[in-house]
Amino acid sequence: MIREFTCIVCPNGCTVRAELEEERQGAAAGEQTIIKIGGAGCPRGEEYVRQELTDPKRNIATSVLVKGGELPLVSVRLTAPIPKRYIFDAMEQIKKVSLQAPVKSGAVVIENLLGLGVDVIATKNIA
Amino acid sequence: MERADVIIVGGGPAGLAAAVELYQKGVRDILIIEREAHLGGILKQCIHDGFGLARFKTTLSGPEYADRFISQVEELGIPYITGATVLQVTEDKQVTAAARDGLRTWQAKAVILTMGCRERTRGALAIPGERPTGVFTAGVAQAYINLYNRMPAREVVILGSGDIGMIMARRLTLEGAHVQAVFEIQPYPSGLPRNIEQCLNDYGIPLYLSHTVTAVHGGSRLTGVTVSEVDGNMKPIPGTEKEYACDTLILSVGLIPENELSLDAGVTLDGRTKGALVDENFQTDVEGIFAAGNVLHVHDLVDFVSMEAEVLADKAAEYVRNGCLTPCPLAIHTDRNINHTVPQRVSGKQSFRLSMRVNRPLSDCRIVVRQNGVEIASRKMKKAIPAEMIQIPVSAGKLAQQGDLEVSAE
Repeated sequence: MIREFTCIVCPNGCTVRAELEEERQGAAAGEQTIIKIGGAGCPRGEEYVRQELTDPKRNIATSVLVKGGELPLVSVRLTAPIPKRYIFDAMEQIKKVSLQAPVKSGAVVIENLLGLGVDVIATKNIA
Repeated sequence: MERADVIIVGGGPAGLAAAVELYQKGVRDILIIEREAHLGGILKQCIHDGFGLARFKTTLSGPEYADRFISQVEELGIPYITGATVLQVTEDKQVTAAARDGLRTWQAKAVILTMGCRERTRGALAIPGERPTGVFTAGVAQAYINLYNRMPAREVVILGSGDIGMIMARRLTLEGAHVQAVFEIQPYPSGLPRNIEQCLNDYGIPLYLSHTVTAVHGGSRLTGVTVSEVDGNMKPIPGTEKEYACDTLILSVGLIPENELSLDAGVTLDGRTKGALVDENFQTDVEGIFAAGNVLHVHDLVDFVSMEAEVLADKAAEYVRNGCLTPCPLAIHTDRNINHTVPQRVSGKQSFRLSMRVNRPLSDCRIVVRQNGVEIASRKMKKAIPAEMIQIPVSAGKLAQQGDLEVSAE
């Protein structure tokens, strides 16, 4: 079986093809053997597809409330991508946070989000 | 009248990169004039990541990317004023701005235009129907959500598959809105494939090509839109109308370089890019007035905006020092597959980087640059799409001093 992916690592958006072994009878769902991955312009594309086939991960960007600042929000992101299935749980956790100005870009807003080993950090200076 | 060697109109990514590079090339008498309260331009509201891979080899959010340049401007002590709107740039390089302390005019040796671009609006599209609230351009919705903490939507339809529209589809979904679909009038997407993947497919948002909004309904607030399929000439096909109930219509239907000031200064624009006609020095046809970034041609990546502005700054520094630059008499022509090139004129004596877009998707093609029938640069491409700017370096060694250039996709 051939599956096609659009790599999202960089703006080139390579089309990467993964050749997978047909699902064997009795094999657990999602348990697929990768025969070959081709079409990626760089090694990161191949790595991305391996990750997509096992446990897709994404980074998310959102904002948290700031009190007493020149803007009501500070933008935040995660220090590393998290499994896709946790995205909405992560949003819920991030929404609970409220900070006091000033906020420095890079400041840790939530440490070890949902126990996933990544932090939420501010990406803007709010005076 | 005040004086400055170089006035930079606009403190977004292009203006900031130009300022830092000018300073490093020894031009210190610079002034950046920014209309908003802070430097950074549109990057302030682009909080998603994916910026900086080409320029800094790492992925950053928009504000972080801007901050790399803003901190340099601060550290080097490059002068800038915010809250100042440039009202006029003249052919002899006088710049007038409405500043916080009143009207100010400078005589500059060189002016760098980095005003960026604006979004096309519903007015430009002439969609029939009512005029309710709830119709926003993607960038306006982005400012509401990311800067002002206002949620403008619950049930959303998006018209246009531009990158900002797709990024807002994801952003709105994360904030709890329901995005029903993205409709694109053209038979191919106008944004990058990675955004279709990570902003639409990840959240199960369908993208319908060859579809457009043909009516807008609602009294004071939008209640729904009519969507129709379009034929090969982008004309709605009768009988294909479908109703979508929604309270918000987001438009992501193109960006237009903002050139009112350039026109006033006597700069000639290119009808295809809607930006100035420039030579390889990024000088417009008014001597000493330069342009780079989205005011020149709309880019897909901020990295290329910064890098373009840095090349401009090197040439502008040379202009300030010598009072002139290498003349560029050679024109660049394009075939029917190439929409435009930047620059549009070259000297035939210096290496340069040629930026272009194809005007329809092509596969397994070769982009070829010829002069006097001789191939001087080329690039093989598995796929070339209008959404992606193509850049090809042309080296001085291959160039003849006479003969126009011809760019084709074959």
